[in-house]
Amino acid sequence: MKIYASTANLADVRDFVAEHANRFGFSDREVSNIRLAVDEACTNIIKHAYDFDENQTVVITVSFEGNQIRISLLDHGLAFNPDTYSKPDLQKQMIKKKRGGVGVYLIRKLMDEVIYMKTKNGNEIRMYKKRS
Amino acid sequence: MKNFKINHRQVENVHVLELQGELDAHTASKLEDSLKTLIDTNKHSIIVNCRQLEYIASAGLGVFMAYIEDVRDLGGDIKLTNMTEKVYNVFDLLGFPTLYDIFPDEKEAIERFINADK
Repeated sequence: MKIYASTANLADVRDFVAEHANRFGFSDREVSNIRLAVDEACTNIIKHAYDFDENQTVVITVSFEGNQIRISLLDHGLAFNPDTYSKPDLQKQMIKKKRGGVGVYLIRKLMDEVIYMKTKNGNEIRMYKKRS
Repeated sequence: MKNFKINHRQVENVHVLELQGELDAHTASKLEDSLKTLIDTNKHSIIVNCRQLEYIASAGLGVFMAYIEDVRDLGGDIKLTNMTEKVYNVFDLLGFPTLYDIFPDEKEAIERFINADK
C-alpha cells in the first residue's frame, strides 16, 4: 500500500494492516496492538521524516514469515536515529507540557522486534510480531 | 474529519466531552480545540467520557498530557471515564492510571467534582 504522507490517511493504513493481521489469525487484542504500532510508526514518518509534507509518500508492506507478521514502512525523508531515543517519563512530560515522544516506546512495547534501516531505497522501519 | 466526533454537555458545573470514533494524529486537533475552548472560558471541571471511543493513538494521549497541568493549576481536573478495555490498555501501557483520575463510570467522576466543590 502506498499513501501520501498525510495524517488523513492513517485510518486507511490501520485498516489495511488490521485486515491482513486478522486474516492471518491474530487475536482481536493482537490485531489492536499491531494496528496501534503501525499507526505510531506512520505518524512518526509523517511528522518527523517529512515534516507534514503531504507530497511525500510512505510505502507499507505486510508479509508473513512462518508464524509471524512482518510490517515494513518505507520513506525517503529524514532518517530516525534510534540511538537518540530514551524511554519517556510521563510525569516529566506532563510538567513540561510536552507531548509526543511516546510513539517509539509504544512500538517497541507492542511488537516483538523493531529494526530501523537505511537502504538505497530510503529509510525502513521493519516490525515483527509472532502469532500466539 | 473522518470518524471522530465530540459532543459537549454540562452537568451542574461539570463539562463532559463525549468522544466518539477514532482519535489519532489526524483527529487529535479536534479534541485539543474542545479542551482549549473550555479552559479559555474558565471551565476547569472536565470529564472526558470515552464510552464510544473506539481507538486512541499516542497523539490523542498527548493532548491530555499537554493540558492536564494547566487545568490542575487552575484548580480543576480532567477526569477520564467509561473506557472500553481496548482503549484503557493503551492508557495503561503509558502509565496514565497513576497520573490521571480514571473512573469506570461518568457518575463517579461527577460526584467527585461536586463533592470537591462543597
